[in-house]
Amino acid sequence: MLKDITLGQYFPGDTIIHKLDPRTKLILVIVFIVALFLAVDWISYAFMFVVTALCVKVSTIKLKSILKGLKPLIFIIVFTGILNLFYTQGGTVLFDWWIFTISTAGIKRAFLMIVRIMLLITGTFLLTYTTSPIALTDGLEMLLNPLKKIKVPVHEMSMIMSMALRFIPTLIEETDKIMSAQKARGADFSTGKITERAKALLPLLVPLFVSSFRRADELAVAMESRCYHGGEGRTRMNALHMARRDYLAFLAGAIVLGGMIAMNIYGI
Amino acid sequence: MAIIRTENLHFTYQGEENETLHGVNLEIEEGSFVAILGHNGSGKSTLAKLFNGILLPNEGRVLVNGIDTTHEDKLLDVRRTVGLVFQNPDNQIVANVVEDDVAFAPENLGVEPDEIRRRVDSALKTVGMYEYRQHAPHLLSGGQKQRVAIAGVLAMQPRCIVLDEPTAMLDPVGRREVISTVTRLCREEGITVVLITHHMSECIGADRLVVMSEGRIVADGTPREVFAQVELLRSEGLSVPVTTELIYELNQDGWVLPLDALTVDECADAVAAALK
Repeated sequence: MLKDITLGQYFPGDTIIHKLDPRTKLILVIVFIVALFLAVDWISYAFMFVVTALCVKVSTIKLKSILKGLKPLIFIIVFTGILNLFYTQGGTVLFDWWIFTISTAGIKRAFLMIVRIMLLITGTFLLTYTTSPIALTDGLEMLLNPLKKIKVPVHEMSMIMSMALRFIPTLIEETDKIMSAQKARGADFSTGKITERAKALLPLLVPLFVSSFRRADELAVAMESRCYHGGEGRTRMNALHMARRDYLAFLAGAIVLGGMIAMNIYGI
Repeated sequence: MAIIRTENLHFTYQGEENETLHGVNLEIEEGSFVAILGHNGSGKSTLAKLFNGILLPNEGRVLVNGIDTTHEDKLLDVRRTVGLVFQNPDNQIVANVVEDDVAFAPENLGVEPDEIRRRVDSALKTVGMYEYRQHAPHLLSGGQKQRVAIAGVLAMQPRCIVLDEPTAMLDPVGRREVISTVTRLCREEGITVVLITHHMSECIGADRLVVMSEGRIVADGTPREVFAQVELLRSEGLSVPVTTELIYELNQDGWVLPLDALTVDECADAVAAALK
């Protein structure tokens, strides 16, 4: 049951978006978010919609997976829509009752807001859908590398991140095992009041916690045995390097951003 | 020259009163296959960690290829020369992809990327895991994981590999995979192998068998010589291979059979010869 949890929702693939350097993708997502917030009116929103749709199409990520990702955020989307619907002034008033006023401007704004949030989520999901967690961590480490100069432990943080990612499946497996052992002795994890269920988890967490410490200790010894001595002088087998496609992607990003700035100035 | 040499080695864990090792003198010849046998608490795992400077002796010294393991600035040389493989494969695999894990040690040593790629491919081919290079380690079987761990050590190009109960958590199939892999490493690649175990059957193929008990070496010789000392092994709480056991029991009943008939065929021949 616990094994079904997928990690970082990465969908392996072989498209140009999958092959882009993680650093490129991280930077482009930031560019994308900035561009999205520059959108003011129908045309600029339509433009961003087309850009996003194009990226999704190229990445061959199924629309279904994206919609599935949007689902948990539906409340925020609806909430933002409603707020904008009632609290926007201007335009022709269509409906007015007590403190609720719906105007044409409100409808337009609510619609565009919903589109903006959905595009925002789709864009960021595209990053995690097409980039493995490890590649993401590596990309982040290299992007944050300059921070080493001000004594930020960038290598250590990224090592911790990738270790955590590495051990999630192992710990899930172990949790499953302990749960089965407890169930065999009559523990009940799935019925009862929420407080009872929380209490039932305690005998699960304690052994898990203890074994994690033991694992960490063994892992540290194994890493040291393999000559690990921090980030100093370390090389990488698959060093990240920018290819032609990365520069092309940056160019495309710059064009989109430039276009959005222009449209923002003209207010379309 | 001996690849590993211990001189009057004493070791006590911090916060414990009893000494774990009481003066161990051992020389491991380069290129040999040495098995160290002992039951739980005999100090054999402690010995393994002393071999590459994870633990440092309280008294006496450990020389790896002539370098004292207490030399802090030579520690990487020591660890690169003697690779350690541990019992639990899950707790020694550091990456999410098999080949990235194998690359870990050469990456730490600052090897050039092209050379790392070459070493990783050759290490994975040596242990027969090359087809799995893109797999996630947690989806592999125990024996496969342990072979990946061995490849991870091989990528350092060590001259000696010490395996601390590498088969303890494996099923019989995985156990065979691992033992045949390390035997091949020694015989074909010329790498010194120190196999620490409490399974008799895994020691039969070794050149030399060292039996440890209570932090001391109690027997040392070829497997034939050591297994022939049935009373000694029994008194140390160790069993002997079934073939030796059979001949020993027959001898107790008045038969006269050679105790060093170790393989099943030899044992059968010995019994057949006695029956004629």
